[in-house]
Amino acid sequence: MTVVMEKPERTGAEEPAAPARSVRRVGRPVLVAAILAGWLVLFAVLRGRQTLSLAAADLTDLHRWFNDVNDSIGANRDSNPLFLYFFNEIRLVIDTLVTFVQELISQPSADRPLPQIGWLGVVGIAGYVSWAVGNWRVALLAVAGFTFLGLQGLWQESMDTLALTLSAVLVALLFAIPLGVWAGLSDRVNRIVTPFLDFMQTMPTFVYLAPLTLFFLIGGASATIATVIYAAPPAIRITAHAIRSVPETTVEAAESLGATRRQALLKVLLPMSKRTVVMGVNQSIMAALAMVTIAALIDAPGLGKTVVQALQSLDVGTAFNAGLSIVVLAIVLDRVTTAASVREETARRSKGRFRTWRRPLLGAGAVIAVVLAYLSHTYVWAAEFPGEGSVGSSVASAADTTTTWVQDNLSGLTNAVRDALTNGLLNPFQSLLTDSPWWLVGAVLIALGTVLGGRRAGVTTAVCVGLLVGTGLWSDAMTTLASTLVATVLVMLFGVVVGVWMGRSALVDRLIRPTLDAAQVMPPFVYLVPFLALFGATRFTAIVAAVVYAAPVAIKIIADGVRNVPATTVEAATAAGCNTWQLITKVQLPMARGALTLATNQGLIYVLSMVVVGGLVGAGALGYDVVAGFSQGQLYGKGLAAGLAIVLLGVMFDRITQAAARRAGA
Amino acid sequence: MARQATHWRAGAAGIAVLGLTLTACGGAKVGDSSSGSGSSGGSGTCGTFNLAVNPWVGYEADAAVVAYVAEHDLGCKVTQKDLKEEIAWQGFGTGEVDTVLENWGHDDLKAKYITQQKTAVEAGSTGNEGIIGWYVPPWLAKAHPDITDWKNLNKYASKFKTSESGGKGQLLDGDPSYVTNDEALVKNLKLDFKVVYAGSETALIQAYRKAEKNKEWVIGYFYEPQWFLSEVPLVKVNLPAYKDGCDADAEKVACDYPVYDLDKIVSAKFAKSGSPAYDLVKKFTWTNDDQNVVAKYIAVDKMTPEAAAKKWVEANRDKVEAWIK
Repeated sequence: MTVVMEKPERTGAEEPAAPARSVRRVGRPVLVAAILAGWLVLFAVLRGRQTLSLAAADLTDLHRWFNDVNDSIGANRDSNPLFLYFFNEIRLVIDTLVTFVQELISQPSADRPLPQIGWLGVVGIAGYVSWAVGNWRVALLAVAGFTFLGLQGLWQESMDTLALTLSAVLVALLFAIPLGVWAGLSDRVNRIVTPFLDFMQTMPTFVYLAPLTLFFLIGGASATIATVIYAAPPAIRITAHAIRSVPETTVEAAESLGATRRQALLKVLLPMSKRTVVMGVNQSIMAALAMVTIAALIDAPGLGKTVVQALQSLDVGTAFNAGLSIVVLAIVLDRVTTAASVREETARRSKGRFRTWRRPLLGAGAVIAVVLAYLSHTYVWAAEFPGEGSVGSSVASAADTTTTWVQDNLSGLTNAVRDALTNGLLNPFQSLLTDSPWWLVGAVLIALGTVLGGRRAGVTTAVCVGLLVGTGLWSDAMTTLASTLVATVLVMLFGVVVGVWMGRSALVDRLIRPTLDAAQVMPPFVYLVPFLALFGATRFTAIVAAVVYAAPVAIKIIADGVRNVPATTVEAATAAGCNTWQLITKVQLPMARGALTLATNQGLIYVLSMVVVGGLVGAGALGYDVVAGFSQGQLYGKGLAAGLAIVLLGVMFDRITQAAARRAGA
Repeated sequence: MARQATHWRAGAAGIAVLGLTLTACGGAKVGDSSSGSGSSGGSGTCGTFNLAVNPWVGYEADAAVVAYVAEHDLGCKVTQKDLKEEIAWQGFGTGEVDTVLENWGHDDLKAKYITQQKTAVEAGSTGNEGIIGWYVPPWLAKAHPDITDWKNLNKYASKFKTSESGGKGQLLDGDPSYVTNDEALVKNLKLDFKVVYAGSETALIQAYRKAEKNKEWVIGYFYEPQWFLSEVPLVKVNLPAYKDGCDADAEKVACDYPVYDLDKIVSAKFAKSGSPAYDLVKKFTWTNDDQNVVAKYIAVDKMTPEAAAKKWVEANRDKVEAWIK
């Protein structure tokens, strides 16, 4: 789960680059068409030569070297001072934190058979905090949501997940907010940090999961750090963006009044960007929850374990029930943090009697929360969630019934769709990419990068192409690229259709949004089992998985863009006699162009983050390389190289689409 | 201001009353009962026993039974850790894992951790035989009995075509956890097939399940013991028989996979610790049928691993006695 907030126009300093002008004389679409036509001609002539393909079990020297490095780290672990004094200390600190939170809400401690605070206390505190930082509506949601977790029969698992998520987000924010502020203040820091953030977000977790347990041992610390690596970047980026988008005039005004740098930061920049920074916290939480099932592979307790274990015997019902708990947690945390980010404004608007009551009510609420926590500390009925979790078993059996029905009744139809898309679009495109000589594809990519994104994007593309060849996995990378681009096209198709629909109607938005949230945090395998039954282990299944995960982001961004088209413009167009279709195609979509490019950018990055999952359901190529590298020692280096290749593809497309977006906006 | 304070006081009083009422009708207190029943732990010579649980149901069955016996007969405190194989082996060195119960070959890991780092030692066979090979769904073996001989595979290759196999027959490979020689096999046996990587056990099982139900043509890589075989009894295709050393050169393999003697690995420290849990691990052995029964309890009957282990142990007390003597 990457950032939604990162608007491509953030570096206002960049000009629409000089080379663009000479290019524009010919017209960009014409150039692109010419490049593609040239590619097709050369492909016909040179097909099948210099494709740099590598068989599944073959390794290059680079892969072997990665293996050796990994082995020597493992062998020297106990004698290396870096381990003894540095990593061990970090592990101890984080372990202590995690254990503390766990003993508070989820795990029995040394002298108690139950955690310090039981379900009643947690529900009470969650409700109170949600109300205090948000409003009564989200408080009600929090209470209902947390109670539902208990009714599902997954109280302890949910609390384990919550404990780990909270610890990870806390640690992430401890670094992310100062770093984000710094990157927001200094362009140079921002430039240095950005590639690292890209790396942290697109490098598949499988690649660094095993080394992490070598550094930080098996247990809470490793799981937390794995989560932090993935959850910190959105918070850093959004904080930097927030600081950057404070109007310069405001800062100048403060400075002309004699404020020091420090005062300007503390009194102007931070308060003014608070709302957006809270959105960063929100994205961090979502990203942390997306890691739940992966952390379960290194023994992190919680809902992820339930999902993984259920899927070993293809028990979709049980896995869905646990997945639903993750969704409920995500929705509660999302709505509460969102409410917190807008609270001050709404509170200011609804001034009057309620505000004078707020303080005493807050005090009373705190007392109630403390009493509930005390009760749940002392009495068994308030500590252990009562009942057998019968709601959970009915959820599970309903999910089972639905899955079976879908599998039995839809497979004829779905096979036709799969074959049409695979034979009509994916196969030709893939063979164009994989059967062309590598230098031809490389040249085409660089040319397209330059034409669409300008000279700097072209240079970045060239570097990425060079490094991709260096990973030794060129052919696999091209296979993955083909599926990725097809998936992105589908994502944008959904994004535009549903996004426009949602953007034009608040009711539709409210109805669809929870489904989108669910699609983003539900562990993929829960819905992939029925997809596997429908489509088999194919690249198409992998594409479907990627679309399910990435479309929600694109939809949300486009809906936002459509909604932000000024109402007066829409009214003017309507008055001028536009019908709905004209209104959408001639006014709303063109005016939401910035949102469309941002959606493409994020859609692509999200699709890339599903490459590994795709490898688990038949996509082969880079995704499978990563998975196999995680499972077999001698393939570790190859998996690492495949992970790097995914990062390179991500960076390449991110830079091209962002530069293209800047030029489109200019 | 004064009025506010009154409200506050009234509210606080109300809550205090509410609190007291709730406390009064309280009920059992946390920690009351635990002191009574907590003594089932036994002598305590065993201490903590860290058992890695690799992510497949057969292993889970092994682990559940061993953990049950260690806890109830030996009084150990068993910590089961859900880990992938690589990470579990890594844990031998860091002291976080005492035992891996069902190891499938993994000569690379043995070389690394037993021979080089000397952090792990072998602890004998589990009694289970691991068979890897190519399997077809039962309906296919029934309809075309000659398909179980590899020599006839080319005859049927066109039937196995899919959208992924590029005009050839599809050989669905697999779970990335196991070594496969399938690409070399296809080449060296001159089969008109293409290896397609399903990527996970889930994907393989779904493929076979669907194939059996809709009478589709599927051939792929699978293994036993595996709980799924009790749902759909897949039929193994006979490749040229395995002989010692026929798989020495990965490029030139043209024979079936060897039968794996699944074995137990323990950390070197644990082997020297004198823990009764080590003796249990060392003596633990059972048959494929035993494992299948427990795996079926877990996967098909949806029992918890503990309940499944309890049921089996109670029904097979004689076998358990032999492990803890």
